[in-house]
Amino acid sequence: MSVLIILIIVSVFVAGGFLIAFLWSVKSGQMDDDYTPSVRMLFDDELKSNKAASVKK
Amino acid sequence: MQQHCYHCGTTCDESIKVEDKFFCCDGCKMVFQLLDENGMCQYYDLSEMPGMSAKGVFASEKYNYLDSVAIQDQLIQFKLADQAHVVFYLPQIHCVSCVWLLENLHKINPGIIHSQTHFEKKEIKIVYNPSKISLKELVQLLAFVGYEPMIHLGGNDWLKKKKVNKKQLFKIGIAGFCFSNIMMLSFPEYLSTSVGDLGNLRHFFVYLNLLLSLPVLLYSASGFFVSAYTGLRQRWLNIDAPIALAIMVTFGRSVYEILTHTGAGYLDSMSGIVFFMLVGRWFQDKSYDSFSFDRDYTSFFPLGVTVLQDNKEINKPLAAIEKGERLLIRSNEMVAADAILLTDGALIDYSFVTGENAPIEVLKGATVFAGGIQKGRAIQVEVVKPVGQSYITELWNSPLLNTEKNIDKSFVHPWSQYFTYVLFGIAFFSGLYWWLVNPLKILPAVTSVLIVACPCSLLLTVTFTYGNILRYLGKFKLYCKNSSVLEAIEKIDTIVFDKTGTLTNHEYTHLEFEGDKLTMDEKSAIYSVTRESLHPLSQLITNYFGKQQLQVRKVDSIENIIGKGTLAACDGKEILIGSSAFLKANGIAVQMETAGVFIAVDKEFKGVFKINHVYREGVKEMVARLKLDGYQIHLLSGDHPTEKANLIHLLGEDTPMLFEQDPNDKLSYIQKLQSSGHKVMMVGDGLNDAGALKKCDVGIAVTDQTHLFTPASDAILEGAMIQSLDKLLIYAKKGKNIIVILFILSILYNLVGMYFATRAQLSPMVAAILMPISSISIVSLSALLSYSFSASLKRKS
Repeated sequence: MSVLIILIIVSVFVAGGFLIAFLWSVKSGQMDDDYTPSVRMLFDDELKSNKAASVKK
Repeated sequence: MQQHCYHCGTTCDESIKVEDKFFCCDGCKMVFQLLDENGMCQYYDLSEMPGMSAKGVFASEKYNYLDSVAIQDQLIQFKLADQAHVVFYLPQIHCVSCVWLLENLHKINPGIIHSQTHFEKKEIKIVYNPSKISLKELVQLLAFVGYEPMIHLGGNDWLKKKKVNKKQLFKIGIAGFCFSNIMMLSFPEYLSTSVGDLGNLRHFFVYLNLLLSLPVLLYSASGFFVSAYTGLRQRWLNIDAPIALAIMVTFGRSVYEILTHTGAGYLDSMSGIVFFMLVGRWFQDKSYDSFSFDRDYTSFFPLGVTVLQDNKEINKPLAAIEKGERLLIRSNEMVAADAILLTDGALIDYSFVTGENAPIEVLKGATVFAGGIQKGRAIQVEVVKPVGQSYITELWNSPLLNTEKNIDKSFVHPWSQYFTYVLFGIAFFSGLYWWLVNPLKILPAVTSVLIVACPCSLLLTVTFTYGNILRYLGKFKLYCKNSSVLEAIEKIDTIVFDKTGTLTNHEYTHLEFEGDKLTMDEKSAIYSVTRESLHPLSQLITNYFGKQQLQVRKVDSIENIIGKGTLAACDGKEILIGSSAFLKANGIAVQMETAGVFIAVDKEFKGVFKINHVYREGVKEMVARLKLDGYQIHLLSGDHPTEKANLIHLLGEDTPMLFEQDPNDKLSYIQKLQSSGHKVMMVGDGLNDAGALKKCDVGIAVTDQTHLFTPASDAILEGAMIQSLDKLLIYAKKGKNIIVILFILSILYNLVGMYFATRAQLSPMVAAILMPISSISIVSLSALLSYSFSASLKRKS
């Protein structure tokens, strides 16, 4: 049964990792804008081909 | 044939054409060509006709003030030799194409290193190389492609106000993490039939729970303690006080149980409650990013002005302007300070400041007031008062406005007070009972009462219901500043309307010709003449005829007499356009006495163009319904009483109407109504209503474009929705009904909890089951009720 203690400590640490990831994401501003990124990803492809074209030049 | 401009979608003719695409004006064509040259036509693929109508090219001097280092320092956030960061507010951002174009600006000008937009806040952050492109050129480029940044006296002050409250998210995240872990670790406690099964593990679980609950108590819940403490110091029991007490008692009893090994405590309930309440607060406080409710004059006046010193133009920040300085004010620029006019040709549009519809001619030597917009050619003025002391800004410093609004405490607080008293009563009597029966159970019973009878369901009810209602009102274009506005709406019995821009539509003025019927030739000649003039009234006439597909004739001679009118010869006819005095001075008998633009052809009076107001649709019906609902309606207008007959028709005979009201009159009228015991709502739009909007109990700013300047207000309403104002008010008032229903429900939950608590039988498990059930059912019922009421709002309007 005492293996449970280790398992639970591990589980709390894993969950804590996600908490830290969340706090970091808030701090780095990922929650500031919840709309524009969804628009931005729509024109990613075109951008890449343009970049490639400009490199060739 | 009618076409739509490929760039902005305005209907246009076929005169301006590139390949197979038509444009409404040269401005739109030039933007298209610029994008085309840079291979950026994807702009037009992402959405149809996405552009802003770029009427004419911007005057190159307009942004000269951005060359001043003092002004640049106010705008630039961060600067190195080859890199500078700047943030602009671009109210025109409206679609995917906008985002695409703005984030690809570096393709047009390599001096721009990187740009990133925030769609909902309508902001753009630009990183550029100041040695390759100056701030002025950058702003000119933005303005050229149709996104003119709003740059105002306040500089970047608005940015500081808009910071996202990250702390609140931290608190929610930590509370959620601790709550879920404590919940999981508490399971064995609830599931095990006998304590012996778990042995040492049990202590381990319990102590781990205690450890996890500490961040919840010390960090996440800290807001409740602070608020309760400040409330108590002002001798006032707010809703946070019983919550803070409940959290402390729950934690204290749990610690006691854990340390004495008598139980597992109620830490899961405690952290869960804190988590739910924080989510509720966050839900209620989520505001509209792109609106600003606290704008004062600083976001109305320009940041920089052109000063004339020794016949040279110098750019200075407006705040540094002193008495006696000479300003140059170009066409369509704002008079930024009260000043004396030094040159002729001033035609000032005060519609925003006073509510008067037509621009006013001001003669040399007269005073012009800050806030007016020059519609004629460039003028020079001498500053009499610096901007902070001008007539319009003094309104903000009026002592009448220094009182904090809506200080009446929410109706929720008395409830929570009764709740607290009843709670203490029950706790006391159950303590008394157990003191007589079994003194050992006094403490468990009393603390259980305090734990289970959680006022947090009251708080959850309020926060979620108001949050939902604010969202639904937002869907119907009424954007409230916060939830206390909803409670203030509840008490309103008098509604005061402004006229210009509120009941009438700012954007459309309707011209009506009265007089002899004009022949086709006469129409063409008048049209050809007005086309040549930049006077706003001439432009109105041009637009009036523009729809009639007239031929343009050659204008042989034209003379504009400033302040009077135009004398022209066209197609063999002599045309006079101007005021009635102008026509009379030229020996023409004018038969009509009315306001408008008078026309004479070949010395013969033909008629007059009357400028009519266009009232918004559905105003009459809306006002009638408001009266049925028991509201008193008043009208305060800054304009002349010429429209009185129309207004009586619209608002009814019994509506008090006051005309020629200046901002101070409006303010004192509101104050008079308030001191006679009325709760007043003001619906207005301009700076002339700013004082009244601030003084009244609920100020609603009406606007046709939500990005334009709206004076400080409690709510912003989109102009087209004014016809549904009555329905919106009814819906806003529904909030209280929903809250009362949910209060009753939460009291039922409390009664169940009390049953266990007073018998000193409250097990952690009962608390742990009751807490989420009550919270979740209240939250979902609140959403359901707000939704079903809003459905009726949709159906009727």
